[in-house]
Order: sequence, then C-alpha cells, then structure tokens
Amino acid sequence: MNQSRAQEQLQVANGEVDSNLPLSVYDLTVAYYRKPVVWDVSFDVPRGSLVGIVGPNGAGKSTLLKAVMDLIPRTSGRIRVFGQSYADSRHRVGYVPQRESVDWDFPVSALDVVAMGLYRQIGWLRPVRKVHLERALWALERVGIADLAHRQISQLSGGQQQRTFLARALVQDADLYLMDEPFAAVDAATELAIVDVLRELQSRGKTVLVIHHDLQSVSQYFDYVMLLNMRVVAFGPTAEVFIPENLQKTYGGRLTLLEEATEAMRQRGNTL
Amino acid sequence: MRLQNGILQEEILRSASLRPVRSTLVKTARVNTTKRVVVPKCCFTKVRCSIIGIFCGVLVSSFPFVAFAKNEPEAALSVGDWWRVISLADYNTRVVVLGTALLGFAAGVVGSFALLRRRALLGDALSHATLPGIGIAFLIQTLWGGDGKSMPVLLLGAAASGIVGTFAILGINRLPRLKEDVALGIVLSVFFGAGISMLVMIQQMATGHAAGLEAFIYGKTASMLQRDSWLIGGAGVFVSLVAVVVFKELKLLCFDENFASAQGYNKFALDLILMAMIVVVTIIGLQAVGLILVIALMVIPPAAARFWTEQMVRMTWIAALLGAVSAMIGSAASALFPRLPSGATIVLVCSAFFLFSMFFGTSRGTLLRYWHRRQLRRRVGRQHLLRAMYEYLELHIEADGDLIPNTAGIPVLDIREMRSWSIRQLQIEIRRAVADGDVVSLPDKTLRFTNGGLVTARRLAREHRLWELYLITYAEIATSKVDRDADRIEHILQPSMIAELERILEGESLQGLPPSSPHPLRSGPSIPGGGGVSP
Repeated sequence: MNQSRAQEQLQVANGEVDSNLPLSVYDLTVAYYRKPVVWDVSFDVPRGSLVGIVGPNGAGKSTLLKAVMDLIPRTSGRIRVFGQSYADSRHRVGYVPQRESVDWDFPVSALDVVAMGLYRQIGWLRPVRKVHLERALWALERVGIADLAHRQISQLSGGQQQRTFLARALVQDADLYLMDEPFAAVDAATELAIVDVLRELQSRGKTVLVIHHDLQSVSQYFDYVMLLNMRVVAFGPTAEVFIPENLQKTYGGRLTLLEEATEAMRQRGNTL
Repeated sequence: MRLQNGILQEEILRSASLRPVRSTLVKTARVNTTKRVVVPKCCFTKVRCSIIGIFCGVLVSSFPFVAFAKNEPEAALSVGDWWRVISLADYNTRVVVLGTALLGFAAGVVGSFALLRRRALLGDALSHATLPGIGIAFLIQTLWGGDGKSMPVLLLGAAASGIVGTFAILGINRLPRLKEDVALGIVLSVFFGAGISMLVMIQQMATGHAAGLEAFIYGKTASMLQRDSWLIGGAGVFVSLVAVVVFKELKLLCFDENFASAQGYNKFALDLILMAMIVVVTIIGLQAVGLILVIALMVIPPAAARFWTEQMVRMTWIAALLGAVSAMIGSAASALFPRLPSGATIVLVCSAFFLFSMFFGTSRGTLLRYWHRRQLRRRVGRQHLLRAMYEYLELHIEADGDLIPNTAGIPVLDIREMRSWSIRQLQIEIRRAVADGDVVSLPDKTLRFTNGGLVTARRLAREHRLWELYLITYAEIATSKVDRDADRIEHILQPSMIAELERILEGESLQGLPPSSPHPLRSGPSIPGGGGVSP
C-alpha cells in the first residue's frame, strides 16, 4: 500500500499527472453486472473551470461522478484528483448528491445537515461545537436560507432542500466540487441562487463539475461542457464543443457499434 | 421561466422576501444559535407535553395488569405486596427491574438508529435466528455434564447462530433478483423452524429438564437471576455508551450513506458497528422479552418518539426513556404475577406509549395536526367572509374619499353568491364572526362590519391584492387565474412578507389602503347595476 502510494507520488513528481490538475480521468470503464455504463472515458478538467455534464438519461453521468469518488467500483481506469488518488485528496472535494437520494423526513434541521459536511474535519469522538455551527450557518447564508436553519428538513421546499445540500458542500471549503443535478426540479429563484454560488466559486479559482439537464442554459452557465453518452462525445470550451453535430451524436442517432457490442457481450454472458 | 404553476408560490415568495432583507434575517438567525430561542409562553410546551404523555402512558398501560390481577387466583396481593414491588424494596426485584430498564434504554437507543437506517426487520430476523444456537448451546452443555443452563453459554450460542443468520441474509441479498424482504423471510422462518424442532428434540431427551428454554421464546424476567441481570444491565450500558461515541457518524450514515462514503467513512464498518449493537441488544433481550417480541422493544419506542420531536438527539433520548420505563413496568408486573410473560407485558406497555404518542405527540401527533388544520380552516373561512363583505361594499357603496364608509347592511344572500358557500357553512361562519365581534348580524338578514371588523377586512383585502399584483407582475400568472392562486397563499402571509411585497410593488399601495382589484370582482347577479362585470 505504502509502496504503491510512494510510486504514485513519484509519478506525479515525474510530471505524469500534474498536481495542479483538479481532475484527471483516464480510460475509465464502469459496469453494473454485465452492462457497461461508462466506457473508456478519458478527460482532464482544467483548474478554475465550470463544467456542465450533459447527456440523455442513463448516459452514465451520475455513475461517472460516483466512480470518481470511489462510491462504486470501477472496472478499469485511473482517476487522479489534484494528482493523487481520490482517497488521498478527498478533503479537497465537495459533493452535492441528488436530492432524491435521501429521506427528507429524517429528524434533523437544515443546520444539522450542513454541519455534516464538517464531520470529517471534526473527527471521531468529538462533538459538533458552536464554531462548527457558525460555519454551517455562514454556508446557509451564502445560499440564502439562513433564516431556515432550524427548520426540520421535510418542512423545506424542494429548492430549499437543494440549497441545503449545496451549503453542506460549501462548508467543506473544497477545491473541486462535484454536483449531481443541483438544478433538478428547483424554482427559478433557487436556480439563480445556485448559479450565483457557482460563479463565486469559480472566481475564487475553484473547479466545479455539474450534471445538468437543461440544454438551453448550458452556454449561459458553463464555460466548459462535457457531452456524455456512455463515452465522452465531446469535451471542451462550451463555445467550441456545444454545437448541433455533437448534440446530435449525444442525444440523436444510436451509438450503433457500442450498442451492438454490449448486446453481443450480454448474450455471451461475459462479465466485463 | 418555470414559475407559472402555483405549486412554487412559496418559493417565489421566499425569493422575494429574502434577497433584500437577507442581512436582517441572517442577524436574527445568528442570534438564535448563540442565544436560546425564546419560546413563547404556553402551558403546553413540548417538555411538559412529553411529561404528561409519559405519565398518561403509564396510567393507560397499567390497566391490563389491574384487570389481570383481578382474574389471577394467586393475585390476592395485599397493598403491602404491591408497594414492595413498585417501590423495589425487594433487592432481587430491584436488580431484575434495573437490568431490564437498562436493556430497554439500550434498545431505544439502538432502535432509533435501526429505524432510521431501515434495519429494524433485520433485528427481527436476527432474533429468530438465535433459537437454534440456544438449543445447540444447551446440548453441548448437557453433553459436558452440566445442567445446560449456564446463561452466558446459552447467550453465546444465541449470538453465534444469530450472526450466522445475519450473514445468511446478507449472502442471499447478494444473489441477483432476490430482494431483502425475501432474504429476511427465508432466514427468519428457516432458523426459527430449526430452533423449534431442536427444542422439541431436547425436551424428548431424558437428560436434564429443558423447560427453562421456553423462557427465551416468550421472555420471563421471573426466571432471571441476579447475575443475569447484572450482565444484561452492563451490556445495555456498554451499548448506550458506544452509541454516544459514534452518534454523529451513525447519524450521517443513516441520513446519507453516499455522502458518508464520499467523505471517506467506511460505510461497511459503520454498518457493522450498528449491526453489532443490534446483535447485543437482541441477545440480552432474549431472556426478558423473548426472541419473538424483542424486536418490538427496538422498534416501538423510537417510532413513538418520532411523534414528539424533529431532532434526532431528542428522539433517541425519548426512545431510550420510553424503552426503559416500558421494560421496568413490564418486568415489575412479571415479578408480581410470575405467570404473566414479561415480554408480552413489556410490549403492551410500549404499544400503549405508542398509541398515546400517535394521538398526542407534539410534533407529528394526529390530534395536533387535526387541530392545526382546523385552525387554518377557520382563519381562512373568516378571511373569506370579511373580504367578500368588503368587496361588496366596494362595489355598491360610493367611497368617501379613499375610505369606504361602514354604513350599509350587506345582504347575506349576496355574500353567499360571491363564493361557493353552502348556507350552513355561511351561517356557521357568520355566527363565529359575530361571536368574535368582527360582524354584526341585523334582523333584516343583512350583515354589518363592526369598526374593528372593517379595519381587519381592509387589511385582508389589501394583502390579498398585493399578492395578486405580485403574482401578475413577477410570476406571469394569467390575470383570470390570479384570484384563486392568491387565495391559497394569502392566508399564510407574514407581516415581513407583506412589507416586502409593498416594497417591490412600490406605488401600488400607499397609506395602508387596498389597491384596486386587478380583476373584476365577483358579485351577486341580484344587484341592479352591481358592476355588471361578473365573469
């Protein structure tokens, strides 16, 4: 373990993966049972960029983010976060999961949820202190719902719940943020508030990856875009990449070859 | 814009009321964290309600025992006997009751996590899976020449087979296309079946008498020895302490396991800690509650606690105390009436608490909810009545300057036509309004505002229209739909929100007067020249 880590660090020193690079994904493949969901994905995210990840349902967007954070096992591929493995640099990563992924009837307040972003820093055996709660409140203030800090989370609207999740990521003061559909089913005011926060993060040199559904606002919100459908159709500055041909490739015509290959493998009963 | 549908109104309102006044709101919120929030003085604070709740729960739950005592031939107990048990004067009873109380406490704590992690049924399968282990432990002991009744050995056997059962569940879970409920069902029944046949076998063997083993199925505190109680109580304290130590991490695991993993917590290890706690509570609960019912002690107190609070720490405390009190009462009753299975009485006491909490819980209790809905319905009804009367005056009476004079009687029939009220509904509404002094009912079937009522009505009309204007201006709602949408939200407008609406719609309304309605007012058709604009 230690040896491999040392080796990795040596590689970094040799300039193989730039430690300034917030996220570098090489040859990533993830499969659930026999079906590949993300196939041969490689990309480097430049520092300080605001990246929108778009693609049809089932294109593997959430899977990609989860694989980056080691939440699901990957079949192959290498992931480097600031030049290190995710485990070594996760304190620099903030995560905003999908809102539907938790039970909002849970007996905690918005402030409690935000404070959860600090648990790792607080550490084992230590309680949450006033200092931490103040920081949590500061994060809620930034997303505009500090007055709802003590409300039970089921009494928040969908947009407010989403803001709570965003605040929980903000309180970590990370350098790389991974957000899974923060704009899903929120009202216009929340959308603006979130965009505000994203811009502000970018202006402070943070890197943000956002899974996004609304194609209309992509050019407006993001300076980088990734078009994903099992593989990366295109990735680059929005102005260059977000063009009809690429969208057609992502959403339109069947990815014939890939699908045929998948089907063939399923029939043969091969596990990737 | 995605604002068109009325569902998002609160959100719109929030954004409107928040942005400009954010700084002050933030200040107040900050005060809240540093100082205690000042709770409004009310005779039914949560704490008091909880105390009353527990007290009543004890009372209610004592009925079955009183009834039982009457039918029990050996229950010709003197007051002195009762007192001896209740006051725990007898040392042995005291130890047993204390032990089970600590067990109940720990079960409430662990159960809170199990409930929120949705692992409650896993505990049930686990407890049923302990039976074969008990049988095997008994057999091994008798083979080695003992009487087969050493409690630690039996419990060790129980734990071993319980853990095997749990892993069987996890294993079946991993098979594709089999869901968790199937795995639970298979393991629970198979292990329990195996255990039962083993007990029957043991009883048919002539060696040692195995009658005591049945206590594990139904629970019997009367058969508990002092050192068993110490073991149970000690394990209960230990489990509770572990829960305190890892409270924060388990809370995160139960709420959002993905986020916990992303933060670097080992989900598997945390789940293992929780499972170990469930195993320990189940095992030490076997003797007092029995393996069929021990799950109840883990599920019912947290479920009852959920009705009293929205905070996990408090929920855990309440669950622990409810569990402790239930276990105490149950085991004390079992000490009074040795034939009464303590497991059953403990569960009955628990369920009495649960029923009481369900109705009277201060956070989610059904009565409280009903009460709130009723209050809101009444407020809305009153507001509708007053606004309808005010709009009638606006339509039919010449304004004196800006103010509408309070001179005319308003025919009840016309009011009725302005809204879809039934006569009965309207009569009830009017009677309440008269009783509250907002309205005077005149003999010629007309209504008249009192001075106070007119002021209120003016304010209500103003709030309603401010909100209407806001919706039209900022939320792009069609004018014809506005009345209904505005109607839904105006009843919950807060003063700060109204101030904010005024600020946004500056110039629309000054000096506290209602702006004119943005849509034609509805009026009764019986009025000659009544606006003539009814839609």
